[in-house]
Amino acid sequence: MKKILLIGNPNVGKSVIFSRLTGVHVIASNYPGTTVEFTKGYMRIKGEKAEVIDVPGAYTLEPSSKAEQVAVDMLDSAAEEDGNIFVNIVDATNLERNLGLTLQLIKRRVPLIVCLNFWDETKHTGVHIDAEKLEKILAVPVVPTCGITGEGIKSLVSRMSEAKVSTFQYEDEERWSEIGKIVDTVQKLTHRHHTLLERLGDASIHPITGIPIAIIVLFLAFKVVRLIGESLIGYILEPLFENLWAPLMLKLSALLGSSGFIHDVLIGKLIDGKIAFVESMGVLTTGLFVPFAMVLPYIVAFYLVLSFLEDSGYLPRLGVLLDTLMHKFGIHGLAIIPMLLGIGCNVPGALATRVLETKRERFIAATLMAIAVPCMAQIAMVFGLVGQYGANGLGIVFGTLFIVWIILGLLLNLVLKGESPEIFAEIPPYRLPYFPALVKKLWMRTFGFLKDAVPYVLLGVLIVNILYALRIIEFIGRLAAPVVTGILGLPEEAVGALIIGFLRKDVAVGMLVPLGLTMHQMIVASVVLTMYFPCIATFVILVKELGVRDMIKSATIMIISALTVGGILNLIL
Amino acid sequence: MEDVNLVQMRSGEEGIVVAIHGGFGSRRRAESLGIRVGVSIKKISAQFMRGPIIVQVGNTTIALGFGIAQKIVVRKRLG
Repeated sequence: MKKILLIGNPNVGKSVIFSRLTGVHVIASNYPGTTVEFTKGYMRIKGEKAEVIDVPGAYTLEPSSKAEQVAVDMLDSAAEEDGNIFVNIVDATNLERNLGLTLQLIKRRVPLIVCLNFWDETKHTGVHIDAEKLEKILAVPVVPTCGITGEGIKSLVSRMSEAKVSTFQYEDEERWSEIGKIVDTVQKLTHRHHTLLERLGDASIHPITGIPIAIIVLFLAFKVVRLIGESLIGYILEPLFENLWAPLMLKLSALLGSSGFIHDVLIGKLIDGKIAFVESMGVLTTGLFVPFAMVLPYIVAFYLVLSFLEDSGYLPRLGVLLDTLMHKFGIHGLAIIPMLLGIGCNVPGALATRVLETKRERFIAATLMAIAVPCMAQIAMVFGLVGQYGANGLGIVFGTLFIVWIILGLLLNLVLKGESPEIFAEIPPYRLPYFPALVKKLWMRTFGFLKDAVPYVLLGVLIVNILYALRIIEFIGRLAAPVVTGILGLPEEAVGALIIGFLRKDVAVGMLVPLGLTMHQMIVASVVLTMYFPCIATFVILVKELGVRDMIKSATIMIISALTVGGILNLIL
Repeated sequence: MEDVNLVQMRSGEEGIVVAIHGGFGSRRRAESLGIRVGVSIKKISAQFMRGPIIVQVGNTTIALGFGIAQKIVVRKRLG
């Protein structure tokens, strides 16, 4: 099958165009490096089915990061086959810089078509480009587009088959002066005033104004997530479960004879003759209540806020402000992006470490995230369960994790050999998030959670039942007692949560409820569950990203630090 | 005419890049982001404690580490 590769600098809107061409929706954000893996989809040109590939962004074909390496490898292998089409997506508001890659692509002698994206933005940034003249000079089709509204996509599709090997020639050493000449010929700049967004952009990256702005933004983000999450739970999901689902489950319980293995697996243990959605541990009670009524509301709330921050272009600016601090950990400021993504789910967080240049940086960032950044599923459960004891308990849990993040970062930087490369990156312009795109992204992530998490939660609850029925948890609990009880001060049964935590952290936190823990034990258990090991989904990605050897190293650090921190908390609380 | 590096330059000042010191790798990276000898550049801000420097080249805003910023020499525009 014919391949169509979308290639361009980071943050020129390749993923949006990809979605437009294929109907396959991929996560697109306003910062360089959103796409670190390639995504495939299909489209038809002239009735023929073709594979479209969204290639990670690259500034140059001489790669300087892992994502760029992925891009160059894909390009090379596709260039060897005949009939493939290369669509070079160019940010029209940054023509000169983007043409660097275009000319490198021309040198590779591949069938090329150039797409001038963000065409709408050129109008209010005072950039005027003569697309026809550019087409004549480059000797390949040039199509202006606006990916987000879909303008120009039709003509991109219809001209796709006109892609051809350019006859434009230049000497490598003369590349940039050639580009200078091209830009002088096709582009006119008119003077314009600074827009409000640009002024805000400057203020948020100036240290004196930027740090207070960052504190306000993060504080608001936190408040909004909690407000939306709590409201969804309190006003919609809990009433639904309590008033509609509970009576139904009670009837089913009676039907099943109120006891027995099948009853316990499906409904769980009744507490005072009633269903307790968190404690009962039935597949149809706790198994549904945890993902839908405890975790989902926070997932929606968090991704709404995160998507807004991503699309606005704020995150790289936050990275710049935090750069000095993060360098103490051996990583630069942009590593804050994998950390923030990790709060949603550690899996995309682990993948996002690819934007970092060196292996050492990726190891530090991935390890720090896996240990000290709890995912939203777990945070939601901790909010729900530790939150019952008041805000103090929550403060201790998240405060401890934050301190661990800092101390461990400092230690890793001290112990691991190597230097930390300096930040050297493009800061995207502020953009007002495009609402339909934001909703689509929120839906994709929420649906992704439902599709990936719910089956595991149900499986987790099922396994809990089996482990209890076979008394396996009791057995391992006795074996692990010196550690679990001796060091961490938790009851033996808590070992069940540690076992299930490998499958799903949210179910694991839920398993602590029937144990009747004190607030202090609840805090220790919540912290240890975050730190001791990643869940299986994250584990698989980490092995792939870090390699087996580094993953063993990383896992050793996880277990040791979890026991140390849990032990210390047990002693001082 | 005064040649300064990006660290010495004050926020808000503009100039023309006259030299990029440092290794091949950082020169190439600078080039790919649009910082080349001969282009005009404006310093937007600098973070505290030897933190990153923010500059603007054309329509691109770029954050670069203190060490890299020291290696980029700019001829300040008069007036």
